[in-house]
Amino acid sequence: MPNPLDAAARATPPTVARRIRGLSDRAIAWLFVAPTIFLLLAINIFPLIWTVRLSFTNYRANRPNEEVEWVGLRNYIRILTDDGIWANMQTTAHFLFWTLVLQVILGFALAWLINRKFKGNDLLTTLIVLPMMLSPAVVGNFWTFLYQPQIGLVNYTVELLTGTPANSFSMLGPGGYAPWSIIIVDTWMWTPFVMLICLAGLRSIPDYIYEAAEVDRASKWRQFWTITVPMVLPFLMLAVLFRGIENFKMFDMVVLLTGGGPGNETLLASIDLKREAFEKWRTGYSSAYAIILFVTVFGLASIYVKALNKVKER
Amino acid sequence: MKTRLLTATAVAALCSASAASAQSNELTLCWAAWDPANALVELSKDFETQSGIKMNFEFVPWPNFADRMLNELNSGGQLCDLLIGDSQWIGGGAENGHYVKLNDFFAANSISMADFMPAAVYAYSTWPKGSENYYALPAMGDANGWFYRKDWFARDDIKAAFKEATGRDLAEPKTQKELLETAQFFQGREIDGKTVYGASIFTERGSEGITMGATGALYAWGFKYENTPGKYDMEGAVNSPAAVEALEFYKEFYKTATPPGYDNAYMEQSLDAFKSGQVAMAMNWFAFFPGLYADPNTGGDKIDFFVNPAQNQPASTLGGQGISVVSYTDNMDGALEYIRWFANPEVQKKWWSMGGYSVHNAVLNDPGFKDSAPFAGDFLEAMSAVQDFWQEPAYASLLLAMQERLHNYVVADQGTAKEALDGLIADWTEVFEDEGKL
Repeated sequence: MPNPLDAAARATPPTVARRIRGLSDRAIAWLFVAPTIFLLLAINIFPLIWTVRLSFTNYRANRPNEEVEWVGLRNYIRILTDDGIWANMQTTAHFLFWTLVLQVILGFALAWLINRKFKGNDLLTTLIVLPMMLSPAVVGNFWTFLYQPQIGLVNYTVELLTGTPANSFSMLGPGGYAPWSIIIVDTWMWTPFVMLICLAGLRSIPDYIYEAAEVDRASKWRQFWTITVPMVLPFLMLAVLFRGIENFKMFDMVVLLTGGGPGNETLLASIDLKREAFEKWRTGYSSAYAIILFVTVFGLASIYVKALNKVKER
Repeated sequence: MKTRLLTATAVAALCSASAASAQSNELTLCWAAWDPANALVELSKDFETQSGIKMNFEFVPWPNFADRMLNELNSGGQLCDLLIGDSQWIGGGAENGHYVKLNDFFAANSISMADFMPAAVYAYSTWPKGSENYYALPAMGDANGWFYRKDWFARDDIKAAFKEATGRDLAEPKTQKELLETAQFFQGREIDGKTVYGASIFTERGSEGITMGATGALYAWGFKYENTPGKYDMEGAVNSPAAVEALEFYKEFYKTATPPGYDNAYMEQSLDAFKSGQVAMAMNWFAFFPGLYADPNTGGDKIDFFVNPAQNQPASTLGGQGISVVSYTDNMDGALEYIRWFANPEVQKKWWSMGGYSVHNAVLNDPGFKDSAPFAGDFLEAMSAVQDFWQEPAYASLLLAMQERLHNYVVADQGTAKEALDGLIADWTEVFEDEGKL
């Protein structure tokens, strides 16, 4: 019975075969990566360069027939001197900081508890990770109901525990609770993600290290700070990086919960940017806004990745 | 073999030709997803029968309607052949070339704008305002009105308590201040063992809610956008003492007469609050009134309607839309045919009977119109004194600024009414400067 591969080789036109045989390894490698590079250039790099170019103009995408003027740094100056935008940045930073702090503490604590062997461990892990499997749109909608002063579970629970009438305050309304309400929802949803990464870190620590520590009569407290924390730290930092980048561009859930309100109390930079770009259609201005946000995230992420690598090397 | 290939090619060509023909024999009409849109689907079946053109519909929920449709227009998309767009879009639709100018078509088909209510023609069809350039046919008249629990208002114990509390009889409010007083009377009151509240009003932050709600008070107090129409001279008009008083009034209304947690509410929340028996009164668009009247729990004998009460003058916030032909359509003839059909007085009468708010004189001037629905008379009264938001091409920027300023003041307790309106002038001035109009 003839070998099918031989048959295929024989069927290949000799000219093509000769041409492929004539290629160097480097050329073949380029041949394989070229489509990916082309796609990256087309989908990522070109739009980025184009956005930079637009950021120096007064272009409006909804007025294609209008003459586009070169405005130099005007868009950047207007953004950087706009008190409203700085307030939005502060709101974003507040949201970012507290969600990361809470998710790291709770995620690590949950991972540490789940890492112990007990009956129902798998079921509990599955239940804990359920929130992160939900769509942010669904989460936003049902937390709106949970926060509803008259029928919501949150206000009811507060009334039950403190005696404060449920109708007397609104978690998503005025009174300063709204920024904390969105932090609670994000923490509820994404703590399991941090937990899973920490769990991977905890399970990667070999048992013999703890056994050696036991032999040296190190206390549990000391084992925790000198073995567990340093060895999980790179994982934890990775989780912080992922969550930090995600939360910097948080949009859907907050729009559904508060729409940026009350007033501008929960108006994150991403929501403001969307309004500038696709509601006001100030394309040039919003391009500059996007570039500033991009540079901020990219700069912070680069510094952070360097720190992460240093921690890994230790 | 060659013969088979040729035959197959010919069949494929015929198939694609018939598909293209079917494509051109279809129309897609875009609108918001709400009760009147369902009525229009039913109404349009007559058009399909008469013309042989198949109608498709793209209905988008209100919170996303503007985003979705304006993106479609701005990208030159061909999704919609016909668009029932908000009145504020007319400036952008006309100036950016999204809408077809209909003057020649109207003239050729004997469609006269004089056959429609003048306020509706002005608001829904013309650009620049007051000119005779028509970019839409008035399709759906609408204004912001009020409805209330007629059964509660009729109860002797409640009437007596109201008389004792206010010194006057409990009845439909005739002024904004009476409206507030009535709402405050119901706020927190026990009715049938349940705590109820005064009224649901618009406070939504994200799209247009709080602006549409607060302008109901602002217009009634005499608020103007400009001192001289077309001059963009806003100082003294937007922040006049009357406007400041009206905005303070709206904030007091929100703080003292609405259900708890009512800080981001618009049409849907208003309907929910009323239908669930939480509130004695509610504001909403007339478009919802047929559905409210038909509601088995809170409609019928339990509901009645009233026009937005006057204060210094009668005034209602304009809603409603005109129907425009999208200039990117690949079925221009079909789209114009639909407009011609829709403008027919008989079709307009049927439109009203099915729940659509026709503003055709053949409908409105009918002697039986006022009695044709419990809210018909109020609708006529409201439409005679409607005022609309800016209809400039930059309306979205103007609206976002007003949303922010009003929500900051009314809901988030920031600053004073005067500061909010002064800030609004500053924001709008910046927009008009960017537009080259100042």
